[in-house]
Amino acid sequence: MASLDIQGVTKSFGATRVLHGIDLAIHDGEMVVIVGASGCGKSTLLRIVAGLETSTSGAVLIDKVDVTPLEPADRDIAMVFQTYALYPHMTVFDNMAYGLKIRRVPKPEIRRRVQEAADLLSIGQLLDRKPRQLSGGQRQRVAMGRAIVREPKLFLFDEPLSNLDAKLRVQMRAEIRGLQKRLAVTSLFVTHDQVEAMTLGDRLVVMNEGRAAQIGTPMEVWSRPADTYVASFIGSPAMNMLPATLVEGGAAARLADGTIWRFADGARPGGEGRAVTIGIRPEHLFPDAGGLSVSIELAEPLGSETVVHGRLPDGTALTARLPGGIPAEPLALAPDLAALHVFDATDGKRLDPA
Amino acid sequence: MSATIDVEALAAASRRRRMRERVLTHLSLILGVAIFALPIWITLIGSTHDTDTIGRGDVPLLPGGEAWNNYAHAWSQGGGGRNTFAVPASTMLWNSFIMAMLIAVGKIAISLLSAFAVVFFAFPLRMVFFWMIFITLMLPVEVRIIPTFQVMTSLSLIDTMTGLTLPLIASATATLLFRQFFLTIPDEYVEAAKIDGAGPLRFFKDVVLPLSATNIAALFVILFIYGWNQYLWPLLMVTDRDLETIIVGLTKMIGIGDTQNEWNLIMTTAVFALLPPVAVVVLMQRWFIKGLTETEK
Repeated sequence: MASLDIQGVTKSFGATRVLHGIDLAIHDGEMVVIVGASGCGKSTLLRIVAGLETSTSGAVLIDKVDVTPLEPADRDIAMVFQTYALYPHMTVFDNMAYGLKIRRVPKPEIRRRVQEAADLLSIGQLLDRKPRQLSGGQRQRVAMGRAIVREPKLFLFDEPLSNLDAKLRVQMRAEIRGLQKRLAVTSLFVTHDQVEAMTLGDRLVVMNEGRAAQIGTPMEVWSRPADTYVASFIGSPAMNMLPATLVEGGAAARLADGTIWRFADGARPGGEGRAVTIGIRPEHLFPDAGGLSVSIELAEPLGSETVVHGRLPDGTALTARLPGGIPAEPLALAPDLAALHVFDATDGKRLDPA
Repeated sequence: MSATIDVEALAAASRRRRMRERVLTHLSLILGVAIFALPIWITLIGSTHDTDTIGRGDVPLLPGGEAWNNYAHAWSQGGGGRNTFAVPASTMLWNSFIMAMLIAVGKIAISLLSAFAVVFFAFPLRMVFFWMIFITLMLPVEVRIIPTFQVMTSLSLIDTMTGLTLPLIASATATLLFRQFFLTIPDEYVEAAKIDGAGPLRFFKDVVLPLSATNIAALFVILFIYGWNQYLWPLLMVTDRDLETIIVGLTKMIGIGDTQNEWNLIMTTAVFALLPPVAVVVLMQRWFIKGLTETEK
């Protein structure tokens, strides 16, 4: 158990910069999820922490010790790979014991630790099997077990759930979270799935093009996204973005069709006429006769609610999550004014009341 | 009006057609087997007759009664032909066996290591070295036989087992084969091993080698037979008849001129020469097919 500090880590492959200086401090026992679209550098960052990749500049500290020059084996970390990387010719037991064997841990100790980890993951009856005789979920557990037996300072997860089917993914997600809490091992988890990120992490790092766009707890990131990228990435269906200008000295926004939305939480800086983007989550729209008229393009009934994809008269797409079945046309929607997000129209940064 | 179908007649026609196809298939298969098996049959039969039967020019197709004598004689004393000093088949078999084993094992060991280096390590001029190995495909022993012989002479390796096997061991084919196989080993295994703390040699021994087992077995079969069938190089390298290999020894038993060939002993020795490769193929067949068709992943 340890803390992890990532200080100003950059990475370039030739002339291409994939990480532009990442700073991140992870406390002892915390689980931090790095989430982002593919190609945002999240895996590279994880591999730099693991020591499988060298950073161009910056440092990685585990337990306040600079491990940047150390080999992966000397960093006292364990990693769960996307493909699990179980050695196909070894039994489950040998797979889990391999790292300990190399570290010359005494045999009885190895047997005890593997047995313990296997019991913890309820794979005790599989120890003599080869990986190819296991199902996806079982392989996933073995990969976890291999990490656990090492009793490392740090767990690294590289999209470990993406090879599982949807149902198993939900189940393993809960198990990983439960296990991590129980063992209280500092963990770094990489995923492209925002639901995974929201449910697993004590904190999230939302990455965009090699930068940490926002670092915060899942609820912080969801309720106060730092910019339009984070706002549209976290939350499903994605947040609606409507172009607008500030009016009434910044206390309200005027949409393209002239509709005025008055902010419930105070005036935004910049004053009259500033171009902004108004974000409103689909779940914060509700039918209101005086609202924006929406032509429905597609309605997806989910039982308790319906996701409506529609367009405003000027062609802007608008998605709403409405309770009940498919709503009747004509449909007019109004926002919960307390749930509006305001972003600068040019750089996409969040604007809070001054 | 609906057309009536004579079910009986159609069924009979299709039965006849199927029968005809089956007979045709079997005829061609039997013909093929006969073409391949007949020379071996003649050899086998020849090894059971006495010298005179074959010497008269007959080609007997039924076994004679001299089998035991022929085999015992060839095994312990060998046949003469034009050479005054006959070499016992047992000696030649042993020499051939050692040579084929050394070539097969040596080739596999060298190729495994060079393919491991080329695939898993980034070092300067890696591709240059790879292509240098690749180019030796165009330089089999037959092409470089004179310079190679010169080198062996300078090293005074003539008439030694080392000289016999060493030039045949370097193998681009096996290196290429292993390289292709190693490239299919996922990077994650390498990374997992790194995190587990396994060094390169440990990784080679614990992961790469076991994963290549079937490939090694398949290659062993091919290379053993390649080594066993070597003719030109041993013919050139070995003058000491104690080092005679069976393939070369066999041809030396056939005389030219007026000496009478002991065809029965030649046939017997030929049968001896057949057995080890057959044994290797039969024993390793399962692995051989596995290595060519399966990958354990």
